[in-house]
Amino acid sequence: MEAASIPESPAARPPRPVARAIADNILWLLLGLALVVYFIKDPKQTLDDVKTGLSNGTIWALIALGYTLVYGIIELINFAHGEVFMIGSFVTVSIWQTLGVTPDNSIIAILGSMLVGIVLAMLASGTLNVMIERVAYKPLRNAPKLAPLITAIGMSFILQNVGLLWRGQPDASPDLIGSQKDYFSVFGVAIEHSDVFAVVVTAPLLIALVWFVGSTRYGKAMRATAQDPDAARLMGINVDRTISLTFLLGGLLAGAAGMIYALYNGTIQFNQGFTAGLIAFTAAVMGGIGNLKGAVVGGLIIGVIQSISDTHFGQVWTPAVVFAILILIMVFKPQGLFGEETREG
Amino acid sequence: MSTAAATVRSNATSLRRMLPNWAWMIVFLALAILYPYILDQLLATPDDLLDASIQTLAYIIMALGLNIVVGFAGLLDLGYVAFFAIGAFVMGWLGSQQFPDVAGGKGIHILTPAKSAFGSNVPGIHINFFLIIFIAAIFTALWGVILGAPTLRLRGDYLAIVTLAFGEIVPRIFENATSGIFGIGSIDFSNGRQGITPIDKVNFPFSDEKFKYPLELKPIYFVGLAMVLLVIFFNRRLRDSRMGRAWIAVREDEVAAAAMGVNLVRTKLWAYALGAALGGFAGVFLATYNNTVNVDQFEFGFSVLILSMVIIGGMGNIWGVILGAIALSMFNRYGLKQLNGVPDKVGLDFDVTSINFGIFGFFLLAMMVLRPEGFIPSGRRKLELHGEVDEADHLGAESDHTLYDVREDR
Repeated sequence: MEAASIPESPAARPPRPVARAIADNILWLLLGLALVVYFIKDPKQTLDDVKTGLSNGTIWALIALGYTLVYGIIELINFAHGEVFMIGSFVTVSIWQTLGVTPDNSIIAILGSMLVGIVLAMLASGTLNVMIERVAYKPLRNAPKLAPLITAIGMSFILQNVGLLWRGQPDASPDLIGSQKDYFSVFGVAIEHSDVFAVVVTAPLLIALVWFVGSTRYGKAMRATAQDPDAARLMGINVDRTISLTFLLGGLLAGAAGMIYALYNGTIQFNQGFTAGLIAFTAAVMGGIGNLKGAVVGGLIIGVIQSISDTHFGQVWTPAVVFAILILIMVFKPQGLFGEETREG
Repeated sequence: MSTAAATVRSNATSLRRMLPNWAWMIVFLALAILYPYILDQLLATPDDLLDASIQTLAYIIMALGLNIVVGFAGLLDLGYVAFFAIGAFVMGWLGSQQFPDVAGGKGIHILTPAKSAFGSNVPGIHINFFLIIFIAAIFTALWGVILGAPTLRLRGDYLAIVTLAFGEIVPRIFENATSGIFGIGSIDFSNGRQGITPIDKVNFPFSDEKFKYPLELKPIYFVGLAMVLLVIFFNRRLRDSRMGRAWIAVREDEVAAAAMGVNLVRTKLWAYALGAALGGFAGVFLATYNNTVNVDQFEFGFSVLILSMVIIGGMGNIWGVILGAIALSMFNRYGLKQLNGVPDKVGLDFDVTSINFGIFGFFLLAMMVLRPEGFIPSGRRKLELHGEVDEADHLGAESDHTLYDVREDR
């Protein structure tokens, strides 16, 4: 959480030699260097990759926020979070199919159904996430730390199979926004409808989240609980309710991500949550788990890494590239870009 | 603990005390040996059940291997499937026609028949199964060390996620290594998604007679059983060895163990290596038994299935883990098929077998909430889980109190 990462006063930190700074950040420097090299080799293609990566990265950012919120408050990897996102996608598409909305409908009807879709998906995912916390994590609050991780895996498999029973086959979402169509172009890079859409939906959600966590009573309670649950309880904060609220927030964002994903990619399937979950988790760790800003930046970076890897290594290698980066970060830089040193590090 | 459960437990204890331990072992061994013949007598078509049982033997070996890493040393490994994959691919490389060009197309044959039934040369590398299991065990042990080394600094959930990532990467490398690895060379290592098939059948050294599974299952059952017995013996000796005690010490408290002179790096790496070796050992057996090495087998769900066996049986307890492996694997391979008609009867349209991982997920969840020590817990582990909160410091996790203190100090 924000509060947990308050920097120490600058005076307390001894000045670090440049070599040390480079060694500490070698991972980021190498990634940046790769980007520059690709840009020099093929500027247009790389710009296009960056654009795709950034807009795709907004989805990872929304999911990663869910991981980071929960980790910040109870230091738990909510393994089932990817599945919550998947259920969000399923709910949206089911609603659109029930309403029978198609791209040929009037603009009002389309916008209305999109609004209904995202609201219901967010509510469904949020409620689901709170229920998961009740069933799988709350009974184990005082258990050894790996117990809830194992129940989380169990929960993830249960939800994945719920998805399998719901839709066994990959299913197409109605293409309400004409996602492949070009909207405008900048420096010869075509910006598609889907890119604009992803950013337009994500930005207000991020602003709302930052406002909520930073400026409301509830947000203050969350930050206090993240810092020290026992002290927070002594101060009269209802810790259990605050934790539920955190799960609710994470679920809401995952639901929104699910709706964006359905329109952005055009297809949904029951195992989309597992990969998306791991990618978003990588993003959260990259930004420094427990740090809201980090999750967003990490999501965008991972998106760019993916699209560049798609172009230069081929799509089949992209998951391996992302997982390799996950391992490198967790082993050598567990505090990520913005986070502080963690216990595991 | 309720009185009913206590009664069951005291009954079980008195039953166990009827015979000394070695006598029970002989009883179980005799049952295991007679098992296929008993099935013959009891069932009209015993092959289905025997087939499931043979698969189960391989799962027992893998569960015991994972038990070394998770149960003894307390390192939560979510990527165990990687070692199954590596072992299976060793069998695919050394016991099939995957590399037809070696030795000028004549093939390499070590203790396997060089001529086919029609008298022609068989190309490719063909090494006897009984050699490959040990080659694969050593090879996977090496990989266990290679994948384990970077994780030595990590603890708890970070360790779990890194091993999970390894478990995802390894099968993908195999899947994509159809023209060299990472673009180096142009050898096809895996046939991509088709997988390597057929795989050589088992034959005894100095005999040209190959086993005839899947038509005749008894001989391969006994080979599997022999492997399981070897592994059980190996595991028991390990648990009581200096290394085994070091693992348990590291699991209980890393810092204290290090202070007592336990070499953490060596202890952890041996746990990874030996756990991985057993994964490879079983992988070879499954590869030849299923006659294919296919990347589709190597998914995350498999790691979780093996982990469920360890957890449901009782982490750290050899007999518990064996029981867990038998129960889950037989349920997966045989029990679920019998349940397939049930959803139809209540008006639902799906196969129970298709949601097997959902069912295992439910088992994991229920087990962890209701009885985290497993069905046959190791005595020490039970104390940890039901003792004081401060003592509940297993699997390398911090106890609840230090969890937040560490952050406070900064």
